[in-house]
Amino acid sequence: MKCDYACLSGEHEIGRRQFLGGLAGGVGAVAGGLGMMASPAAAKQLSKDQKRVVVIYMSGGLSQLESWDPKPKTKTGGPFRAIPTSVPGVHISELLPLTAQHMDKLSIVRGINTKNGDHGKGSYQMQYGRDKRPGIQLPNLGAVCAKALESPTNPLPGHIRIPGGGRGNDAAYLGPRYASIGINGKPPANSARVTSLTEGADQARNAFRRKANSRFDRQRRTAQTDAYTYSYEQAQELMKQRDVFDVSKEPAADHERYGKHDFGKHCLMARRLLENGITFVQLSHSNYDTHNENFNFHLEQLGEFDRSYAALVSDLHDRGMLDSTLIIVMSEFGRTPNINKYYGRDHWGTAWSVCLAGGKLQRGAVVGKTNAGGTAVIEDEVDHGHLFHTYLSAVGLDSSDTFDIGGRPIPLADPRRAPISKILS
Amino acid sequence: MNQEKTAAAAKPAATPLDAKQAHVKATWKHGSPLIACRYDPKGRFLFTSGEDYSLQRWDLATGKPTVWAAHESWIRDIAFMADGETAISVGCDDKMIFWATAAEKPTPLKTIEAHKGWIRAVEVSPDGKMIATGGNDNLVKLWNADGSLQKELTGHDSNVYSIFFHPGGEFLLSGDLAGKVHQWELSTGKLVRTFDAKDLHTYNGGQKVHYGGVRSIALSPDGKHLACCGLHKATNPLGAVNEPLVMLFEWESGKKVRSQVAAGVKGILWQVNWLADGTLAAASGGSGGGFLIFWKTGADKEFHKLKLPNTARDADLHPNGLELATVHHDRQVRITRLTAKPTPDKPKPKK
Repeated sequence: MKCDYACLSGEHEIGRRQFLGGLAGGVGAVAGGLGMMASPAAAKQLSKDQKRVVVIYMSGGLSQLESWDPKPKTKTGGPFRAIPTSVPGVHISELLPLTAQHMDKLSIVRGINTKNGDHGKGSYQMQYGRDKRPGIQLPNLGAVCAKALESPTNPLPGHIRIPGGGRGNDAAYLGPRYASIGINGKPPANSARVTSLTEGADQARNAFRRKANSRFDRQRRTAQTDAYTYSYEQAQELMKQRDVFDVSKEPAADHERYGKHDFGKHCLMARRLLENGITFVQLSHSNYDTHNENFNFHLEQLGEFDRSYAALVSDLHDRGMLDSTLIIVMSEFGRTPNINKYYGRDHWGTAWSVCLAGGKLQRGAVVGKTNAGGTAVIEDEVDHGHLFHTYLSAVGLDSSDTFDIGGRPIPLADPRRAPISKILS
Repeated sequence: MNQEKTAAAAKPAATPLDAKQAHVKATWKHGSPLIACRYDPKGRFLFTSGEDYSLQRWDLATGKPTVWAAHESWIRDIAFMADGETAISVGCDDKMIFWATAAEKPTPLKTIEAHKGWIRAVEVSPDGKMIATGGNDNLVKLWNADGSLQKELTGHDSNVYSIFFHPGGEFLLSGDLAGKVHQWELSTGKLVRTFDAKDLHTYNGGQKVHYGGVRSIALSPDGKHLACCGLHKATNPLGAVNEPLVMLFEWESGKKVRSQVAAGVKGILWQVNWLADGTLAAASGGSGGGFLIFWKTGADKEFHKLKLPNTARDADLHPNGLELATVHHDRQVRITRLTAKPTPDKPKPKK
């Protein structure tokens, strides 16, 4: 993390050309407060162009057969039927009737083979785009997007995790500035000024801190001091805008439409955060690790998911945000075509699906195909590496580009893989 | 199928019933894992259903199957009209289908879109005039014998898992995922009372799942006790870590009498039946394998259990009261005789 700032340039920290806009104000602006970073006109334009990503992580491993790749009337199909969608010829599980109405906005990748059936490894693969290797720390998708798509006009944190708490250890060499912040549908803890401290005293205290920081920086500036300074300024801005995190401010009718359960609130919260310029939001929905009674539990879980997810897709589309927002529904793996003796399905990374929407993806596309029983990919096989490239490409990034870390080029995504060109528009 | 349960209870057995002597006397194999089973009231056939969406009719005399197909999903339950000549199947395709039980080449007599969502249970009233169904729309529906809808009973706030007609003809009971057992007055459709079987339900906050439910209901031959079965101690619902449980209620007061457990068995009780001697018999399946488990009304612990070769998914009592059929994931139907094994003929001395 320690940088040689002898040249007094921020470029060592900030990577290459596509990220320069994200730091147009530069680290030097931080000492004066993040609100000073850009003009209102520039802010408006950047806001319009800003790309955003929301990931819905289906914890435990969503069954592709009960969602995006149903195989009714086969030995492996289970009891659920396939239903038509708004795209002629494309069918998904009957557990997703509201989602089916928005298939014309979605894209399904049905040919995933990650060759893995372990929760930890699968979670890493899907969120980091590569296999986990000992001694190597990489930033996850959220950290990469938070940095690569960073808006200089928005001082709010760019990488949010719901539900959760604290700061994630998921940004590796990009630094803690891009690590996730966990929230729970309420303003972050301790984000209000304590009542015993007057506004004037608080301002004076912060002015003194900035002055001291500035003096220190003139001689001994490092990446650590920048991160330290930034975190204070970010906290200041976050305190000013703490209502952004308060989902109770959304209309009652929207709460009703999204569902009053936790996942409904979290999806509505995601909409609110994206609308306020936060770059990357990761939600999770639990739990799909259904070794037992797979069908009863998918019935229960997807009933909840379908309503909230369909509302989110519909709203982002209606508000003109879908072209600039990528929505990813992923898991660590799928579930076995074989139905076990407990009416369950087990871990399965050999032939499964994810559902994407928005950004530069084709609408209504289905790429990849599995065989009749869903036991193998027979067309357009891809893995987590291809998907990671595709996510970045879908929000306008060159996924073959590199971060410049201490003078060393570090690829954003696995250089042995490439985006899934068939699904990109 | 309670009419069979009570009929069985009323019939004196020619051969002494002895659960401790229970033994598998026949095994038949289908082409896919099996789900549900019911005997026809005349004791000619056993009907089963499989994961291949079909209904199978097994001739009890020969063990020969006939496979029937009409449902577009799994069949969850089977019942028969009182005369045994009409079979009714219900499934995850929202459909209730009527069949001629003994037809050589059966085709559906009538198909009704009976519920919105899975139909999990079907029963016929003891007088044969009424059919009741329950399903994932949280409704109990009463049908006339011709398949016309008579009443909808609303009051469950979770999926309806089980249905039982009280043999007196006045009441219907329905059990749900949340462990509520509603008693309905058939003539008015009014909710009379609710048995609290919430021990059969678990909400796991970590996994965020509801699990369990009242999987089966049965009334004792003397009418004094109501048994509801399922599971408890579900420490890991998604991993099938749970134990079987029968909740026994006093019919008159509605109070819980006892919880009946099975030592060392992991799993779920799918179906409970009363035997003529007042023994409670239930079939279990799950991570501990398959068992037939037997209790006396006055004891919390089982007095006998028979280990089956594979996890059981459903069971039914033959109208003669002496045999239990179970269906299994290993595609097998197993017929367990609840009497002593016949003594083998002594070999003739060699001359």
